[in-house]
Amino acid sequence: MKVIFEHVTKKFPGRGKNKDEVIAVDDFDFEIPDGKLIGLLGPSGCGKSTALNLICGLLSPTNGRILFGEEDVTAIPPERRGVGMVFQNYALYPHLTVEQNIIFPLQNLKGAERLSKKEMHDKAVEVAGLVQIDALMDRRPSELSGGQQQRVAIARALVKLPRVLLLDEPLSNLDARLRLQTREEIRRIQTRTGVTTIFVTHDQEEAMSISDLIVVMKDGRVHQIGRPQEVYDDPADLFVAQFLGTPPINVFDGRIENGSLYIGEEAVLAWETVLPEGENKETAGTAPASDKPIPVTVAIRPEGFVVDPAGPLTCALDAVEVMGRDVSVVCRHPKLTSAPQIRAVIDADEQPDSAREQVRFSLKPHKVLLFDPESGERLRTGW
Amino acid sequence: MEQRHLKGYLYLLPAVLFLGVFLVYPLFDVVTYSFEEGYNFASQTYRGIGLYNYRYVLRDPYFLQALKNTLLLVIITVPLSTGLALVISVALHSITVLKDFFQTIFFLPYVTNTLAVGLVFMILFARTPYSDGLMNLLLGIFGIAPIDFIEGPYAAKLFVLSFYTIWIVLPFKILILTSALAGVDENLIKAARIDGTGPMRIFFKITLPMISPMIFYLVITGFIGAFKAYSDAVAIFGVNLNAAGMNTIVGYVYDMLYGDSGGFPSYASAAAILLFLIVLTITLINLLASRGRVRSN
Amino acid sequence: MDRIVTKTPVSTRVLHILAWILLIVWGLLVLFPFYWMLLTSLKGYGAYNAEYVPRFYTLSPTLENYATAFTAVPLARYFVNTLVFTVVTTGLMLIVITLSAFAFARLSFPGRDLVFLLFLSLMMIPGELVVITNFVTITDLGLRNSFTGLILPSVTSVFYIYLLKENFEQVPDTLYYAAKVDGTPDLVYLFKVLCPICRPTLVTVTILKAIECWNSYVWPRLITDNARYFLVSVGIQEIRENGFGRENIPAMMAAVVVISLPLIVIFIVFRKKIMAGVARGGLKG
Repeated sequence: MKVIFEHVTKKFPGRGKNKDEVIAVDDFDFEIPDGKLIGLLGPSGCGKSTALNLICGLLSPTNGRILFGEEDVTAIPPERRGVGMVFQNYALYPHLTVEQNIIFPLQNLKGAERLSKKEMHDKAVEVAGLVQIDALMDRRPSELSGGQQQRVAIARALVKLPRVLLLDEPLSNLDARLRLQTREEIRRIQTRTGVTTIFVTHDQEEAMSISDLIVVMKDGRVHQIGRPQEVYDDPADLFVAQFLGTPPINVFDGRIENGSLYIGEEAVLAWETVLPEGENKETAGTAPASDKPIPVTVAIRPEGFVVDPAGPLTCALDAVEVMGRDVSVVCRHPKLTSAPQIRAVIDADEQPDSAREQVRFSLKPHKVLLFDPESGERLRTGW
Repeated sequence: MEQRHLKGYLYLLPAVLFLGVFLVYPLFDVVTYSFEEGYNFASQTYRGIGLYNYRYVLRDPYFLQALKNTLLLVIITVPLSTGLALVISVALHSITVLKDFFQTIFFLPYVTNTLAVGLVFMILFARTPYSDGLMNLLLGIFGIAPIDFIEGPYAAKLFVLSFYTIWIVLPFKILILTSALAGVDENLIKAARIDGTGPMRIFFKITLPMISPMIFYLVITGFIGAFKAYSDAVAIFGVNLNAAGMNTIVGYVYDMLYGDSGGFPSYASAAAILLFLIVLTITLINLLASRGRVRSN
Repeated sequence: MDRIVTKTPVSTRVLHILAWILLIVWGLLVLFPFYWMLLTSLKGYGAYNAEYVPRFYTLSPTLENYATAFTAVPLARYFVNTLVFTVVTTGLMLIVITLSAFAFARLSFPGRDLVFLLFLSLMMIPGELVVITNFVTITDLGLRNSFTGLILPSVTSVFYIYLLKENFEQVPDTLYYAAKVDGTPDLVYLFKVLCPICRPTLVTVTILKAIECWNSYVWPRLITDNARYFLVSVGIQEIRENGFGRENIPAMMAAVVVISLPLIVIFIVFRKKIMAGVARGGLKG
């Protein structure tokens, strides 16, 4: 089932001293394709949970419409939308066993939909098998590990064959090891069932690793929608570029002058090579004819650095951290604005001599992104 | 109104209805009653509005007796019961074995029927033609002549009533104080002990200030409770408290309302409001007196 | 340091001994009336009255007083009346307070916080004050000497609503939302999810209310003057005034034992819960 936002806005009335209303979701207008795994990604307070609650119907939008396929569900209460929801704290009923928790939604069905005890049990067993908790049916939630509770919550959401499955921060309550395992599990369950699955997370790695599509949000606005790799390689603005990727992207103050990109006094790239790969060179425009320098924000992915004794970018070397396959070069540059130190990730074979005080880099052009210093908009076609 | 808003009110409806009829309406009604002079229960008419009911009550010797009894009961039982509860709680807190056992026993009077056990007290203290009773047996050991505690001298009657009242209220106070004591951070005590502080000094300088809010709470509720004494008196002296000279203010209210003197809601209301004002005043004085002295939390 | 080391153990030991003496003495004072009531109830009528000096034991225990207690006065009826009164009052109250607590804790409607504040302020109204009007109201409604009249004024408790509301609010919101998404009606959520989760509080409230009902005296005394509707407290007073003849103390004590026993048994079974509940709830009502 595809989910369509049509100019959806959700405002909350202001509280206390701050009487201004809060716009949690600002003019959402996009389509979530059928049968995919979608991650709603953003820092806390960006409105992603509000968006999830709008889809499941616990909140209703101030403006706009929400459609499941062709059906307008804006005014339909949650229970009739056919959504399954997994809450961040799982919201399992502590006094019921696993099986009773799973069949709880089925017991609410009325009339012709009503199932017999046997049917309910069979369905519970089936879905429990799917999430591999069929051995725990008689336990209570307090007797389960966090990962098992999560599976019960997923089973409870799936048992009524929802049109859309929603997960709110599904991995945030799990320890690091379980997190890796569980995100694979969610991917697997989604693939098996084929149900459109939307999950909310603030962890970009989590979203990137399993989503078919990610929606990057901030302050109630959608910044970019796309396949994870696409968004990573080709961010729409500085926020998206900074939000995605570990270690984070390195941001510098720079300028365009005489057809070259400068960071400080060093011309690090010629203008033409800054264009992203695949960008149409004809329409991309050329460096402005004027000699007047144009300030830009330069963002370089950690993997965009190449150690090169003759490279144009000179940094003060702080440390070389060997992480097995990769090496992190930690160094400083006066024009760096995003963090105190630059982190560059390079191949282990290329590691610089850590005893030296300086390291020089050349840059991979497609890993260097330019943004408007005022608006944060991506600069790609000249201006 | 939106339907889901209506739902909230619907859920509240039973409570609102009951509270309205049996708590809020009576509050206003009773004030009205107290000012309606010469109210007649049967015809539901009254002569006029004024302070006559209050004047009547304040001149009624039964009320004055009840007032005196109640005040004496308050003055005797509140400090004694609170002090005794404190000492017992501290003793209870200091032991480890049998703590649970004692705690259970001490709480027993809380769950007993005041009227029923009062009868036992009556028998223990009563002096009848057949027997001087157990209490007099004990007094006899010390060479004291038998006293009739139930129908005898005023002081003896007051003693029995106070004793029974303390016996009844102590469980609650002990329970509150033992849980307050259990809530005091052990590390504070340990720290003081390491510094060489003696047990008495630890108690008065650390433990007592830490539990002072609870003591204060018990004093306030103790005052309120003692002013409302009634059932214990009935249990020991029987329903005709005026005849026994042991009536309390609450007893006076009920007797005025219904009973031997029969059906004077105006006087009952005036007496009840007087009681309420007394309790309110005492509580306010308590609050003011304790301000600054009690550690607030 | 020497001073402290030599002095502290002695004074501590003395205090310790004093503590034990105090505890034992008060323990005996608490238990003695119970012992005496049981002992007296087992003494024969003749034997008891022959004791000018009361004896602390009996060599010929008899149950005849219990037979007298149940035959000479309608003790069984008082007992059943009290049971009905306690069960119905407690049951109705549970329904009323559960609905209210749920509305305050979970539902949203305009003026909710204000109404709750008003409810709380009602806790300050002294019961003695409103009894007067309630007596008149019940009399006017012709409900004296009826269970309805006995029960109606005590089926709501603001304090228990408050207690339960606090407990309901501790249950995570998401449980409610999860139930909503699954199409659970509010009432089903309340009784199938919230109430089972908050069972400990409900049990505590039930026990405390039942004790209160079992021991209630003032209201029943005012509202009933027909022995058909007497509760045990009123009944025992009636027994005292006009029962077995004033001098049949053993039979009276047998009745007292019978009346006291149910609560003592309940207390011993649920003592942890009861004491925790009372400690948490402070004063009754």
